[in-house]
Amino acid sequence: MNVKNVPEAIITMIQPSKGWKIVDLKELIRSRELIFFLTWRDLKVRYKQTILGVAWAVIQPVMTMVVFSIFFGGLAGVPSDGIPYPLFSLAGLLPWQLFENSLRNASRSLVTNRNMITKIYFPRVVLPLSSVLASIVDFFVAGPILIFMMIYYHYSPNIYALLIPYYILLTIVTAFGVGLWFSAMDVLYRDIGYIIPFLCQLWMYLTPIAYGSGMISNPKLQFIYNLNPMVGVVNGFRSSLLGVYAAVPVQSIVFSSIISILILVSGLVYFRRMEKQFADLI
Amino acid sequence: MPQNSVIVSHIGKRYRIGAAPASYRTFRETLIDTLTKPKKRLHGKMTDANSFWALKDISFNVEKGMALGIVGRNGAGKSTLLKILSRVTEPTVGSAVISGRVGSLLEVGTGFHPELTGRENIFLNGAILGMKHGEISRKMDEIIAFSEVEDFIDTPVKRYSSGMYLRLAFAVSAHLEPEILVIDEVLAVGDAEFQRKCLGKMSDVANQGRTVLFVSHNMSAILRLTQETIVLEKGNLVMQAPSGEAVDYYLSHGFSQEGFREWTPDEIPAEAAPFVPVAIRILNYQGDISDTVRSIQPFSIEFEYRLDEPITGLRVGIYLISVRGEFIFTSFDVDDSARFEEFSVRDKGTYISRCVIPADYLNEGRFVLGVNASTFKIKRFFHDEQALVFHVDGTGAPGTQWPEPRTGLVRPRLSWEIEAKN
Repeated sequence: MNVKNVPEAIITMIQPSKGWKIVDLKELIRSRELIFFLTWRDLKVRYKQTILGVAWAVIQPVMTMVVFSIFFGGLAGVPSDGIPYPLFSLAGLLPWQLFENSLRNASRSLVTNRNMITKIYFPRVVLPLSSVLASIVDFFVAGPILIFMMIYYHYSPNIYALLIPYYILLTIVTAFGVGLWFSAMDVLYRDIGYIIPFLCQLWMYLTPIAYGSGMISNPKLQFIYNLNPMVGVVNGFRSSLLGVYAAVPVQSIVFSSIISILILVSGLVYFRRMEKQFADLI
Repeated sequence: MPQNSVIVSHIGKRYRIGAAPASYRTFRETLIDTLTKPKKRLHGKMTDANSFWALKDISFNVEKGMALGIVGRNGAGKSTLLKILSRVTEPTVGSAVISGRVGSLLEVGTGFHPELTGRENIFLNGAILGMKHGEISRKMDEIIAFSEVEDFIDTPVKRYSSGMYLRLAFAVSAHLEPEILVIDEVLAVGDAEFQRKCLGKMSDVANQGRTVLFVSHNMSAILRLTQETIVLEKGNLVMQAPSGEAVDYYLSHGFSQEGFREWTPDEIPAEAAPFVPVAIRILNYQGDISDTVRSIQPFSIEFEYRLDEPITGLRVGIYLISVRGEFIFTSFDVDDSARFEEFSVRDKGTYISRCVIPADYLNEGRFVLGVNASTFKIKRFFHDEQALVFHVDGTGAPGTQWPEPRTGLVRPRLSWEIEAKN
């Protein structure tokens, strides 16, 4: 569908869409207020009618950290690259929870908002996009607890901490890309809703959150392991924040970036292909 | 030369049967299909066998500033057409050009979130409908005033009564001020007072020179609000004409002329289950099915239906409606409280509810018969306000010695007395 602006009125052309266009950027920019309001709605509504409210954004990673520290760090004695285990796991859990929350919310976004989809036109991609944006806030709310832990354990970031915004961006891009795939599939197959919690759990164990990636020593396995873009992201986030880096891990950054972008682009293409059927099938 | 707001050319929409909106596939089915029948995939070609055309080759224009009515029976494709024009769904073939912002009252309250306050929902809903932030702020007071919920505007809408919720939702939609307004049966909701307000707002819109597309079953509203009307029949556009002519055509051609109407499975919505309408028939004084009855003789109306499950508290009834859409009466088979007790639970099976319309009751002319099957305040199983049209022949009715049409819908034989006072 093409929309062009003429001085007097907006002319809309309605016809069957063709081709492999990835995303209509112009239209997306025009919908920025909608993106803003949907994000704002998700944020406003998220902790309504809870006693602890936004504190949940902190409690969740901290409780997981406590559980991991007791079972993995304490009982199982999982090595943590020489970093105190609670700090080690929390530094992995924060970017991971950003990823997981974004992915979960984005994946369910279309079915949750089905009444909007069947009744009104807007670029459908704003739904997964705004749920990802709303998930970022929790990450920043939980951030100070990590800083507090670093002070407690006397760890400070070095110059490579400048890479952190990029790691956050990679996390969001990957989550959004996977979210595009799943949200579009969720329209057709409600099975997705059941698969996601399991998949997130599996994915977390395939990411060095509870253990250091040094445990994977077989080079063949290592290659497969590194196909998970979150491996590079979590390792990078942790190492740069805790000042462990001695040099920029160019290879890992490039590799993770390529895979994230592949996921994003394929997600956009798939979403676009399915988009026109959403209102009929949801 | 008048400017066209909407130009629709050769639009068609094909739906897949089975994967139609009502049902969706599970992952397992697709996996199994993909493995066992690699060629027959979900996204394979649609064939005539597994799909149907909800709309076929529809072309029409709407001039700028004109109100166009769209009429047709259930399943004729009216809603599909509106969905295509408001871009909710894509046409399978054909194209349309629309000049101006399209706002639709299909989406009253879309995106409302129960946890947000009235004011917050106005912003959210406004953004969803395509209003700019500044525009919403500017109209905020006006919207709140129109909705009549000032006192509760900072209360979460989950605490609202359904009427308040609806008024607020309509208030936002009504202030969208689109160049083209699309309305689908919004009048079916809300109380009488609110419906009047909606109608008023719509005629305002129509009078402001904006383009209106109006789908309704209410012929009097169509006649009052629109200048031209298109008639859809089974996905085809059969007529575009001035509204009076089109409504006349619709009422005389859109219906079965044989004095009975049978429902085919595709005309019965899924939510009607377990109630299945079978047929409605007009029986004349002699007991024969007929589309014409005489005013001076009683006639009966029978509605046959099937229950696939027992229903408690069911009432099955008819509406008698004038061709202008005014209701003459509504009557249910268990209006008599003793009979309601007797039939408090209706087992599964086939039933006929029959009633007799007395002699000397209706004026000559054409009448529309509607049906309703519901339980009070619980569920409306089935509802068709235009099940059948029939004629009443006035021969021999009071006053027919003067060959002039009588105004009024009824023509009772009253017992007059003439008293000479001198």
